[in-house]
Amino acid sequence: MPDDSITTLVQDVLAGSRRALARLITRVENRTAEAHTALAALYPHTGRAYLVGITGAPGTGKSSVVNALTRTLRASGHTVGIVAVDPTSPFSGGAVLGDRIRMVDLAGDRGVFIRSMANRGSLGGLAVTTGDVVRVLDAAGFDYVLIETVGAGQSEVDIARTAYTTIVVDAPGLGDDVQAIKAGILEIADVLVVNKADRPGVENTVRALRTMLELGHRVRPTLHHGQLAPPTRFAPPEYDFWQVPILKTVATENEGMEALAEAIERHRAHLQESGLMAERARHRAETELIERLREALLVRLLAGRSPDDLEAVVQRVVQRELDPGSAVRELLDGR
Amino acid sequence: MSEQKIRVLIAKPGLDGHDRGAKVIARALRDAGMEVIYTGLRQTPEMIAEAALQEDVDVIGLSILSGAHLALVPRIVELLRTEGLDDVLVLVGGIIPDEDVPTMHEMGVSGVFGPGTNTEDIVNHIKSALAARPDA
Repeated sequence: MPDDSITTLVQDVLAGSRRALARLITRVENRTAEAHTALAALYPHTGRAYLVGITGAPGTGKSSVVNALTRTLRASGHTVGIVAVDPTSPFSGGAVLGDRIRMVDLAGDRGVFIRSMANRGSLGGLAVTTGDVVRVLDAAGFDYVLIETVGAGQSEVDIARTAYTTIVVDAPGLGDDVQAIKAGILEIADVLVVNKADRPGVENTVRALRTMLELGHRVRPTLHHGQLAPPTRFAPPEYDFWQVPILKTVATENEGMEALAEAIERHRAHLQESGLMAERARHRAETELIERLREALLVRLLAGRSPDDLEAVVQRVVQRELDPGSAVRELLDGR
Repeated sequence: MSEQKIRVLIAKPGLDGHDRGAKVIARALRDAGMEVIYTGLRQTPEMIAEAALQEDVDVIGLSILSGAHLALVPRIVELLRTEGLDDVLVLVGGIIPDEDVPTMHEMGVSGVFGPGTNTEDIVNHIKSALAARPDA
C-alpha cells in the first residue's frame, strides 16, 4: 500500500465506510508506521463514544451478554461497536476467535460493527492495541463501544483503565466464594451481573458477591429496616458514592438487559456529576503516556546496541558475575 | 514492532449441523500461527460476507457437507465482490463431488479440500496463494 492511501483510509473511516474501518483496524493491530499517522489524525474525533467493558470468568456468558445488551442499545436507537478479545496460543502465535458465535443476532444490522481480536501474548485481558482499536471505532462515530476481555477472571484489570463502566459477569456454580475474595476483579466492577440466573444456585452467587462487596466497603451498610446507614468514614455520603448494583440476567433469553442498560446510564451520570469522569480521563492519559514512554525508551535504548552486547550482559548475569540490578545500571550508563 | 498475522474466517453456510471438520481446520490453522475467526453453524451468505468485511480477513474457509455448494458458493462469492472483497482467498472443504471441483474453481474458489486432506496442505496452499497476491 502506498503511503498516501492512509489519508484516504482515514477520510473513509470518518465518512462511515465499514470496509475502511476494518482495514484500518488491521493496520492498528499490526502496529504499522502508517497506523500511527492514522491514529494521530483520528484522535481529535475521539472521546464521543461511551466505552463499556465486559469481563468475567470463561463460560459466564460474556459474549451472550454483549449480544443481548447490544440488541437493547440498538432498540433505543444507539449504534454499537464491539471489540471481542480472545487469547493467542503461546505456542503457535495463532488464535481461534469464537466470540461471534454468540453474536449471530447482530448480523445484518448496519448499526453494529463487531471485531474479534487476539490478545497477541499480552496479559491483563486485552491486546496491547485494543485501546487504539477502540479509538478507531470511537472516531468512526459509534455511540457505544463494548469491549469484551479474554475470559480469565482474576487478572484482567486492564479493562478498568480502558472502559468508563466495567461490567463483571459471573454465573452460578463456578466456584466457592473464596474465588471472589482472591480476585482483584470485584474491585474493578461498576456493575455486577449474575448471568444464567435461571440456573440453580443463583441466590448463593448473589449473596456471595454482596458479602464481598460489603467487605470491600463498596455497599452502604443498611440498618435493620432497610434504610441506608448514615455516612461514616467507611461509607461516604451519597453524592460521591457509587453503589455497585448486582443484576440477575439470562442473556440468551434477553432477560434483565433493560436493567443492565439502565445501570450503565446511571453509572455514566454518576461519573459525570461527581467529576470522576474528568478525573479518570486525566489519570488514564497519564498512565497511557507513561506506558508508551516506557516502551519507546526501551526501543530507543536497545536500538543503539548490537544483540551481542546484550547477550554478553545476559551471560554475566547467568554466570553470577553481575546481578540484574547492576546490569541495568551498566546498560543505562552505556558502558 | 509491526507484526502481521494471516486472518481466516471459518464458516459453515447452509443447514447441515456437522461442524467437526470446520473445528479441526480452525485448530490446525491456529497451530500454524493464523488468527481464525470461527463463526459457527448455519451462516447465511450475507452473514459470511459481513463477517469477512468486519474482520478484514485474508482467507475464507467454507465447510459445506449438505450438497448445496453449487447454490451457496456463487452467492457468497458474489456478495464478496459487491463488498469489494475480491482479493479474499476462498477455500471450500467438506463433501464436494469431483465433477463439481472445476465449477468451484470457475466461480473463483482458490482451493477445494475434501475429507482426508492433510491440514498441512491447506496451510501451505494459503501461504503460497497469499504470497502470490499483488499487494503482498
